[in-house]
Amino acid sequence: MSNHVLEVNDLQTCFSSKEGTIPAVNGITFHVDAGEILGIVGESGCGKSVTSLSVMGLVPSPPGNINGGEILFNGEDLTKATEKRMRKIRGNDIAMIFQEPMTSLNPVYKIGDQLMEGIRIHTKLSKKKAYLQAVDMLELVGLSRVTDLMKSYPHQLSGGMRQRVMIAMAMACDPKLLIADEPTTALDVTIQKQILNLMKNLNEKMDTAIMLITHDLGVVAEMCSRIAVMYSGKVVEEGSVQDIFRDPKHPYTKGLIDSVPDMRVKKDRLYSIPGNVPKPGAIKQGCAFAPRCGQAFSRCAKETPELLETDNGAKVRCWLHHEQ
Amino acid sequence: MLNYTLRRLGSLIPVLFGMSLIVFFIIRAIPGDPARTILGEKASEAAVESLRADLGLNDPIVIQYFHYLGDLLTGDLGTSIRTSSEISGDIWPYLAATMELAFVAMLIAVFVGVNAGILSAWFQNSIFDYTAMIVALIGVSMPVFWLGLMEQWFFSLELNWLPSIGRESIRDPVEPITHLYLLDTLINGNLDQFFTVVKHLILPGVALGTIPMAIIARMTRSSMLEVMRSDYIRTARAKGQRMLLVVYKHSLKNAFIPVLTVIGLQTGLLLGGAILTETIFSWPGIGRYVYESIQYRDYPVIQSGILVIATIFVFVNLIVDLLYAAFDPRIKY
Repeated sequence: MSNHVLEVNDLQTCFSSKEGTIPAVNGITFHVDAGEILGIVGESGCGKSVTSLSVMGLVPSPPGNINGGEILFNGEDLTKATEKRMRKIRGNDIAMIFQEPMTSLNPVYKIGDQLMEGIRIHTKLSKKKAYLQAVDMLELVGLSRVTDLMKSYPHQLSGGMRQRVMIAMAMACDPKLLIADEPTTALDVTIQKQILNLMKNLNEKMDTAIMLITHDLGVVAEMCSRIAVMYSGKVVEEGSVQDIFRDPKHPYTKGLIDSVPDMRVKKDRLYSIPGNVPKPGAIKQGCAFAPRCGQAFSRCAKETPELLETDNGAKVRCWLHHEQ
Repeated sequence: MLNYTLRRLGSLIPVLFGMSLIVFFIIRAIPGDPARTILGEKASEAAVESLRADLGLNDPIVIQYFHYLGDLLTGDLGTSIRTSSEISGDIWPYLAATMELAFVAMLIAVFVGVNAGILSAWFQNSIFDYTAMIVALIGVSMPVFWLGLMEQWFFSLELNWLPSIGRESIRDPVEPITHLYLLDTLINGNLDQFFTVVKHLILPGVALGTIPMAIIARMTRSSMLEVMRSDYIRTARAKGQRMLLVVYKHSLKNAFIPVLTVIGLQTGLLLGGAILTETIFSWPGIGRYVYESIQYRDYPVIQSGILVIATIFVFVNLIVDLLYAAFDPRIKY
């Protein structure tokens, strides 16, 4: 318990729209331990990004709003923190990198200025020391010719380089938690590998916990120690990487794993889960996955299952396992 | 950068040449005989004819144009038919008066317009946003002559706060050096006079600046709204940057290019379009100078006045083009 850096309990983040309030995140519960890499997996639209923005306190409001639950960061509830307090935490204790390295850096300021900005917000370093620190960070993330780089503008860099800069920027104040929202989705496969290795190294070297949001199970298998699988704004299964890949409990997790191509098995068609992710809030009753689930039975459509702890410490939200 | 500036300056030559051509022939196309106008209805036909010959009005029109162009290239804007004095010497005090007025108008327009636009975007859909945008809409739609008259009535007649007409106090005229009175009074070290000049500038400045202010405010708002939704603004916030700097530093510099374009165009329009304001406030500016010359069919003055205004317009936009690079490093020359 005590080594949870981040603990999210029953978080609800809703967006108001013309059709009423839509829960993008609907009672999500998970935790990140100090120094570990937690993978949060799910299809597009299941609330992964909204979860991370909620932790950062950056849900666009209006229309977004955190309606319930708590986000405990080292025991402090961030849903109740003032904007001033959140500014101290953002970039300093919790840092974030985004999916789109091409557009996540400000095009009209130099790389160096953008790096030093973050450092100088949170430390009392002089300009000169902040510069040195920024240079160190760029070297740490494996960039070369860093003094030239400091004077460059984002458009002069490739996507991979920009993502490295983003990571350098995020790691500059030695955060305790790094939230990486699909950090490699927009990159080439070879660059993806480099960026992931870099993040893993930083995780080991600096002991920063990472919350890695992705839809790529391959990435998760390689990087993470634990996984939380999200579906329609909720965690449906949580456990260690080994357990989940060896013995997925939830039909959705099984579906996800089956839909990853396997080089050893020659298939004519790749498996895909039938149907689409329901719109947030579309399913009011029962298990949200029931309409797409091959193993659903009458109870699934009527009652919503709880997240149930299984014998090996993993958790699953499915009536199949409640029966046992 | 220097290379680009030179190339741009070079490309202005055909533009300016074309301008002189258009101005010259349009004015010749207007019916009416300047010699007759100068001498009056009762002058004899012989006198009119001899004046026409003196003024070169009997030459073929192409010859007249090349005379005009040759004079222009030597910096000679011609001689006023009405006052018989050199236009190049006459025009500066008028131009200075207009430039001073346009400068104050744009200062007000940019400062108020940009800030109103920023705050409207920052607090989108708030009461401030709605109020500012309704005021801006009224500002764009308000006729300048009506606004000017209302200002004079309220601030001069009713409240007696500000002078209603002119550039300076009649009892205490400014001793001209550059003819930019804000500068002249400071050079003379006469602070009382400086503030008198400032007071004279406020009402016409507001009248002239209202439309550009409203346009700038609306442009800034829409540009800022777009930028503030972008990923790098989220990055800046994720760093823990305070909102004030996120808005004024990270967003504004990105949002400023379309605003800069509008500012450039409006500045150019202001210089030529100040006639109404200048007439209402008895401002001795270039608009009035040209307007009065039209009444007298003083061809050389009309030509030169329009040409000077158009040239300034072209140069203001050149400066804007060069400024783009200062705001956006992605723009290459």
